[in-house]
Amino acid sequence: MTDELHRTDAAADAVGRDPHPSAGQPLLRIEGVAKAFGTFRAVDGVSLDIKSGEFFALLGPSGCGKTTLLRMLAGFEAPAEGRILLGGKDIAHALPHQRPVNMMFQNYALFPHLSVRDNIAFGLKRAGLARDDIARRVAEMVALVKLDGLEQRKPDQLSGGQRQRVALARALARRPQLLLLDEPLAALDKKLRESTQAELMELQRRLGTTFIIVTHDQEEAMTMASRIGVMKSGKLAQVASPRELYEAPRSRWIAEFVGDVNVFEGEFKLRDGHRLVIATREAGTLVTAEPREPVGGTKLAVAIRPEKVKLARRAPVSETGREAAINSLDGVIADICYLGGSTTYKVKLDAGGTVQASVVNSARLDVDAYSVNQNVVAWFTPDDCVVLQS
Amino acid sequence: MSSRRIFARPARFAAIAPYLWMMLFFLVPFAFVLKISLSQTAIAQPPYDPVFDLTAGWDALKTAFAALSIDNFRLLVSDDIYVFAYLRSLTVAVTATALLLLIGYPIAYGMARLPKSWQAVAMVLVIVPFWTSFLIRIYAWINILQHDGLLNQILLALHLVSQPVVWLSTDSAMYIGIVYSYLPFMILPLYATLAKMEPALEEAAGDLGAPPWQVFWLVTFPLSLPGVGAGVLLCFIPIVGEFVIPDLLAGSNSLMIGQTLWLEFFTNKDWPVASAAAIVLLMVLLLPLLLYERLQKRQLEQGH
Repeated sequence: MTDELHRTDAAADAVGRDPHPSAGQPLLRIEGVAKAFGTFRAVDGVSLDIKSGEFFALLGPSGCGKTTLLRMLAGFEAPAEGRILLGGKDIAHALPHQRPVNMMFQNYALFPHLSVRDNIAFGLKRAGLARDDIARRVAEMVALVKLDGLEQRKPDQLSGGQRQRVALARALARRPQLLLLDEPLAALDKKLRESTQAELMELQRRLGTTFIIVTHDQEEAMTMASRIGVMKSGKLAQVASPRELYEAPRSRWIAEFVGDVNVFEGEFKLRDGHRLVIATREAGTLVTAEPREPVGGTKLAVAIRPEKVKLARRAPVSETGREAAINSLDGVIADICYLGGSTTYKVKLDAGGTVQASVVNSARLDVDAYSVNQNVVAWFTPDDCVVLQS
Repeated sequence: MSSRRIFARPARFAAIAPYLWMMLFFLVPFAFVLKISLSQTAIAQPPYDPVFDLTAGWDALKTAFAALSIDNFRLLVSDDIYVFAYLRSLTVAVTATALLLLIGYPIAYGMARLPKSWQAVAMVLVIVPFWTSFLIRIYAWINILQHDGLLNQILLALHLVSQPVVWLSTDSAMYIGIVYSYLPFMILPLYATLAKMEPALEEAAGDLGAPPWQVFWLVTFPLSLPGVGAGVLLCFIPIVGEFVIPDLLAGSNSLMIGQTLWLEFFTNKDWPVASAAAIVLLMVLLLPLLLYERLQKRQLEQGH
């Protein structure tokens, strides 16, 4: 059924067979796009390529320009500078109804005076499809998003989850080359959000449509997207896969925005082969791996994710036997936060700072648990550290 | 005792207050007018017969009741003057309401799309004429519309006409007066519905391939229908019974029902016929009201 649905979109079909597209022109090319409201530069020179079939997330705090960028792709705002190329054609100043792009709105924006069927058929009628074709396509969409039996309902007779499906079906009915989703799950409760995330991903894989989702929720972006663009103050701070974004953030701000992180500021001391030695005020001297991109200056910051920090009752000996390969910090447990699947310990270090360690609760009985005021050693390897510009 | 109980429970009083109000200021006067409409005119004080005298005893009251008749209503239906007056009132009201909707809708739409801070200014501008007495504003229009008035001066200065146009005592002058006076009553309910409409709905329609005019006809207009209904009723009903504007601005060759009523009451001193005319007018006006209410009820039932 899905093949038939998207037969018109050759690029999407090709992608459907190849889950890792790499060759060919990007479907969407954003070139130096900028837009200001008054003196506020909402989007400030963004360039980005998105390939056909990608599930791309624009992630950022509110006011970072991600929604404005999305609205420029939909045609609700015109960029002041730059070009937006879709399939090689500049659409930067095309009106919304002239673009092969559809959007799923944050609060769904379902037409309250139309039934589910008429909401889904709205875009098909505008496209001038024959009556039979419209009926068939609506039926396909209803089946696709599992709304069978609700076709005659009005939007206010539906639950939040059902409304979300109608909005999705309505946006997909025209078989857009590009589907824009503006915080599509923000209005759902947590349980429903998780199952809907999985359904959206499954749908995107089956249809092969290129999805661009805007979200402020980093977990949502990490779960669903194959690539994430982090935005800050109207600029793209980093574009990377979820894993790279988490394990190799390009700046301290990104490290702190995506997930939890321990950050120690310090000064570069010396280089020993592929290791850097950095003297920090709060955690003593740390040995880190060399950063992938060279960092200048002597003021540096060392970032370590809490789950990379292990706890032990006494200093561990590294596998190679070289004590220096391991950073081990003496401290005392200051605070314990039990989260079910894991426990976060706050360790007050003898050096003065605090480090958070996230420990998976792999056993049901708490034989391994630590208690407050217990002396521990927090340790991590040089490769667990990310060296950033301070 | 019962009154003490009523005031001891403010909530219960609040619930019956509107009904008391209706009883005192609508139903009781309505009963009086209905009774007078069933009487005959008489050269007396009051100028109709029979008069109900509650002190004269049961038999006298029964005789008085027997003397009531629907002759006045028969007259209203048989005499062209009244039928034409009703028809003219309805024609004027329909035309003026249509004009009001055509003029008011774009204004309300424009207001609702203004930046928030400007909306308040626009609102004040719409309401500001109310700070001057209605009569004074109509007299001002007489001034503007007269032979050497402002309107003719402007038209002459722009060379749009070569001679002063006769405006006063024409239907055009009356329509100008009515549209001017009732415009806020059309704009405000329309503005209220349009301003609270979610802008994303229009964007969604555009996103789904509707060009701007389809966005308006398929989404904006249908969703503003409650406001259209309220505005149309707020204008149509008082315009049907309008007396002052046609009297001051229109010619005297054809009268609206409001003017006819006035003539019967004050010139002919025929209270019973005037009352009958008023009752029929009320019935004519109740019809669209009931229709509107049924429509709204059905919408509500569909919605939930």
